[in-house]
Amino acid sequence: MGRTLAEKVWDDHVVRRAEGEPDLLFIDLHLLHEVTSPQAFDGLRANGRRVRRLDLTIATEDHNTPTLDIDKPIADPVSRVQLETLRKNCAEFGVRLHPLGDVEQGVVHVVGPQLGLTQPGTTVVCGDSHTSTHGAFGALAFGIGTSQVEHVLATQTLPLARPKTMAITVDGELPEGVTAKDLILAIIARIGTGGGQGYILEYRGSAIEKLSMEARMTICNMSIEAGARAGMIAPDETTFAYLKGRAHAPEGEDWDAAVAYWKTLRTDDDAVFDAEVHIDAAALSPFVTWGTNPGQGAPLSADVPDPASYEDASERLAAEKALEYMGLEAGQPLRSIKVDTVFVGSCTNGRIEDLRAAADILKDRKVADGVRMLVVPGSARVGLQAVSEGLDVVFKDAGAEWRHAGCSMCLGMNPDQLAPGERSASTSNRNFEGRQGKGGRTHLVSPQVAAATAVLGHLASPADLSDARTPAGV
Amino acid sequence: MEAFTTHTGRAVPLRRSNVDTDQIIPAHWLKKVTRDGFEDGLFEAWRKDENFVLNRPERQGATVLVAGPDFGTGSSREHAVWALQNYGFKAVISSRFADIFRGNSLKNGLLTVVLDQKIVEALQELAENDPQAEITVDLENREVRAEGITASFELDENSRWRLLNGLDDISITLRNEDDIAAYEAKRPSYKPRTLQV
Repeated sequence: MGRTLAEKVWDDHVVRRAEGEPDLLFIDLHLLHEVTSPQAFDGLRANGRRVRRLDLTIATEDHNTPTLDIDKPIADPVSRVQLETLRKNCAEFGVRLHPLGDVEQGVVHVVGPQLGLTQPGTTVVCGDSHTSTHGAFGALAFGIGTSQVEHVLATQTLPLARPKTMAITVDGELPEGVTAKDLILAIIARIGTGGGQGYILEYRGSAIEKLSMEARMTICNMSIEAGARAGMIAPDETTFAYLKGRAHAPEGEDWDAAVAYWKTLRTDDDAVFDAEVHIDAAALSPFVTWGTNPGQGAPLSADVPDPASYEDASERLAAEKALEYMGLEAGQPLRSIKVDTVFVGSCTNGRIEDLRAAADILKDRKVADGVRMLVVPGSARVGLQAVSEGLDVVFKDAGAEWRHAGCSMCLGMNPDQLAPGERSASTSNRNFEGRQGKGGRTHLVSPQVAAATAVLGHLASPADLSDARTPAGV
Repeated sequence: MEAFTTHTGRAVPLRRSNVDTDQIIPAHWLKKVTRDGFEDGLFEAWRKDENFVLNRPERQGATVLVAGPDFGTGSSREHAVWALQNYGFKAVISSRFADIFRGNSLKNGLLTVVLDQKIVEALQELAENDPQAEITVDLENREVRAEGITASFELDENSRWRLLNGLDDISITLRNEDDIAAYEAKRPSYKPRTLQV
């Protein structure tokens, strides 16, 4: 019987397989950041261990980093200690680090792909659940806890039980104005926040094949929001073209050998998935969340659902609590929800295509009075690219704040936070209670919906903006 | 890791589904660089409400958390496990756990027990009706026992063996160092490297 993409990559990394034990898997790339690594380095020190493969390890600073005044000392002393701890650990153990201010600094899941380190058929781990992002390249990539970070540092392997596989087949054409973000939010609403639990997802079908690498990363990024540790997309010409010429992509004969291998990384026709889901791309429209988990979403054209309409008691209770926290009424049109803040950024939607999409809508338009809009590039390089294209000027002219790279308001570990009761339209990945700041209320949206919402002051799509553009020079 | 064999303690019933790791330990607590001192951050936002179950006087000293489905969703922060342990929890019972949270819990000796939702609800009801009721989580026999309730649970033999003996994963893996070296020797040259060596 044939094998799935996930099974092929898994099998190629088995260091040891024994009856009654989890497989011991080799890890090709280990990404580190300041939040989930300090206790792992402490563990190495306590046991007199070293980092086994410095040449497969790389660190950056992202979760705590400020997005303003990055040349000044970090104001929050606790954040400063955490960043200094990473710097000390990397220096002591010899780990390559891209600190704040470095041109390669940024959100760890933006940095890996842009350096060409994320490659098809590799295993990628990081102490961060959104490591699933890298699956867009046909890599087996998943988030791990700090004990596992220590394990990988010490052994370059992980003992793991093999997950099941689920195919999510998306056929047809995405309608105009419907993005990868809308698609993944719709998938999560369909299968639920626990639907992917225990599975590696493989996104496939004609609609997926047409997506750019950046859009594929948005999809795989949010696999974890459906409960799946990993999501993958088979590598193809789009993948190879993205990688060619990047700093760490193979060259010469190595490139040819790599591409020959990468082309084998497709699910065999006779392979069997443990579960299958089919989605019709043509039936989708811009999608937003109304609740406090990423599965509580609906088309923008819909109304806030009535908790009483849920048959399952636990879902009904969850919806009641969500509406109470979010300050929403059942039956209220989603388009009527006014926001205070719009956030464009994060490992979900902080890449150059996302910034271009938002800028395209904001050009010659203004952010609505009373709305604060933050645009935070996913990496310093994405920021430089945006500046070279003049996108920063578009954002600033529209009244948005143009910031330095980092995780920023996605999780508010730095000063970029919502105040209690404030409401955001956010291109990030989690609408959990308090995620963007204590008492903050989050609606997850695409960059296009974020930009349109900024202009109109309420949840909206670009199609709602028919004549709100101010001619240049006015 | 501390070994886990059998534990008996009073319970905290938490009737919420999708309790994500941002609720278990909010992000601003993640700036700490230690594995301890997270107890005050556990369910920080909810604990501001004096009626929240963890704040009730009859729940003080309880060590078994009986939670709704999809407990531990969201981020990979192991701090969520440390916060539960720092607070005093020894075991968490739910009908479904998020994968990463579950993996983290078992690596720290916090036993996460999966039981059928009907049994979880029966345990919650028992704890609600009688705050003094004790629940026994017996890893040796893979069984949960409480007044009128006996339920067996699944846990793979390898995880059970490591928990019962409090074994450190890294030492176990390093016993197979030859296998790792043999694998490394045959990796293709086109695989990415972060450093030139």
